[in-house]
Amino acid sequence: MSEWTVKTKRGIAQRDKIAFNAMGYMLVAIFGLMCVMPFYVILVASFTSEGSLMRNGYSLFITEFSVEAYKLAVRSPIRIFWAYRNTICVTVIGTSISVLISTMTGYVLQRKDFGARNVFSFFFFFTTLFNGGLVPWYILCVRYLGFKNNYLALLMPLMFSVWNMIIAKSYMTSIPFEITESAKVDGANDVRVFFQLILPLCKPLIATLGLFAALAYWNDWFNSMLFITKEEKMSLQYFLQQMINSMQALRQMVSMGANISITGTLPLETMKMAMTVVATGPIVLLYPFVQKYFVKGLTIGAVKG
Amino acid sequence: MDTGGIARFARARRDFMRNKLLYLMLIPATAYVLVFSYIPMGGLVIAFKNYNYQAGIWGSAWVGFQNFRFLFLSNKLWFLTRNTLLYNLTFITIGMLLEVSFAIMINELGSKYFKKFFQSFMFLPYFISWVVVAAILQVVFGYEVGLLNNFIEAMGGERFNIYSSAKYWPFLLVLFRVWKSTGYGSIIYLATITGIDQELFDAASIDGANIWQKTRYITFPCLTQTMIIMFLLALGQAFRGDFGMFFQLIGSNAQVLETTDILDLFIYRALASTADIGMASAAGLYQSVLCFVTIMVVNGVIKKTRPDYSLF
Repeated sequence: MSEWTVKTKRGIAQRDKIAFNAMGYMLVAIFGLMCVMPFYVILVASFTSEGSLMRNGYSLFITEFSVEAYKLAVRSPIRIFWAYRNTICVTVIGTSISVLISTMTGYVLQRKDFGARNVFSFFFFFTTLFNGGLVPWYILCVRYLGFKNNYLALLMPLMFSVWNMIIAKSYMTSIPFEITESAKVDGANDVRVFFQLILPLCKPLIATLGLFAALAYWNDWFNSMLFITKEEKMSLQYFLQQMINSMQALRQMVSMGANISITGTLPLETMKMAMTVVATGPIVLLYPFVQKYFVKGLTIGAVKG
Repeated sequence: MDTGGIARFARARRDFMRNKLLYLMLIPATAYVLVFSYIPMGGLVIAFKNYNYQAGIWGSAWVGFQNFRFLFLSNKLWFLTRNTLLYNLTFITIGMLLEVSFAIMINELGSKYFKKFFQSFMFLPYFISWVVVAAILQVVFGYEVGLLNNFIEAMGGERFNIYSSAKYWPFLLVLFRVWKSTGYGSIIYLATITGIDQELFDAASIDGANIWQKTRYITFPCLTQTMIIMFLLALGQAFRGDFGMFFQLIGSNAQVLETTDILDLFIYRALASTADIGMASAAGLYQSVLCFVTIMVVNGVIKKTRPDYSLF
């Protein structure tokens, strides 16, 4: 190959690279903006006056600033307080237990000197292939475990996940077995080895599993829908859903002409947005702080179990 | 035969004596899975019973295959099964296509700052619940004040109401599903790409390969294994719909159910009405068996042909 052809080839490769990157920047930017835009619009709408929103529709800028919606949303703060309290308590307690059980089980199942390793692995894995479905599970929880209007109903169903355990197991396989072995020779028992030697080596794993569990608890509305009827025991997301639904119903009544004098003045649409901001805010604010671990953790999850 | 059994028993006993603490550490997870996974499997007997809340699972009367007969005669089963499967297959294929494409594009981006920034944007939807997504759906597509309808009207077009026309929904569901999970999903592929030996790319560059060729002949083949595993994992749930998404986005809007009804919604409605618990549980068993058979057959075939790609 002459010097000339090599140069042209390099030139073409360079040009392709630029075209590829231009496309990459454009598509990533478009999709990224699509992902973040709705959050921004909701935030803007929650600070817009109801009249302006109904006249102009949702928009990218605040047309008429108003905090009326927030004032109304927190007018009965006790209900929001209940929802927050329940979700925060359940998230903190549930996440801690979930991480502990997943890592502990994962550790035992990857121990090479544990004879029943395969039997138990199959015992857990089988439940991901076959399950009894919603109905028997629901009957078990309501009739035999007494979950109706019980905080356990928010805590128990998300407390252990076989997938998280498999992630823990595959992560711990990369920790040299010699650590366990030598500690045992020195007379430490299995529980001590796990808590004092293995767990401190698993910080990225703990962060990942913790995040998975925390998200599952924070975003849970399903268990509240199935088991909770008392408002003071509902989770935050379910409370939000109830609020949105009732405001939707009110608006439909207004548009059908019912009792406009009372409900027509309520900022229903903006209040919906304000409630959404209140319920989503903490997790979105937390996001930049956990993102570092999140990426690292998903990489762990990608290593096949 | 008998001595083999005795030897096995003796080995198990020795293992138990030596690893007592390990067994102890397994108790919480084992108990949990026994109660919340295996007992409900036993509870599937109510698919063959006329369930009555007072009498409980054991006290209710046996009715044989009557629940299944109702289920199969209701004419809806084929429709629901087809919808569930088609939605899932669409989610898997379109989702994977986008996840892999974005992973490859993000990996090539030069600017670290841009990469970090927009990658976090793409993750954001993964952090929120379907309740909030339903609110977003109204903001974007709502009839009276939604962004899109405002835009269409400003352009001189007609407003359209998504809540009364079923034909928009397959598109909307795919859109929101992809919107919520692409950022998260692409990370897994991105991790695999970062793990590829850089020397392969350098060697290809020296040989004059351009970026498309490198993507086609190096990056893509390296991603195949991850793709097949993700595909198999999704296939194991092929007849189980994403209840959270369907329920929150569609809810009880009967006007659009003709294109969006899936097995999970049907089961939930039957459970909520409490009259059809036997049939709901028969539908659940049907669903579980379909999933189980699918994953066993597909995994079996893959194990025969390409053993290193099989799931188990």
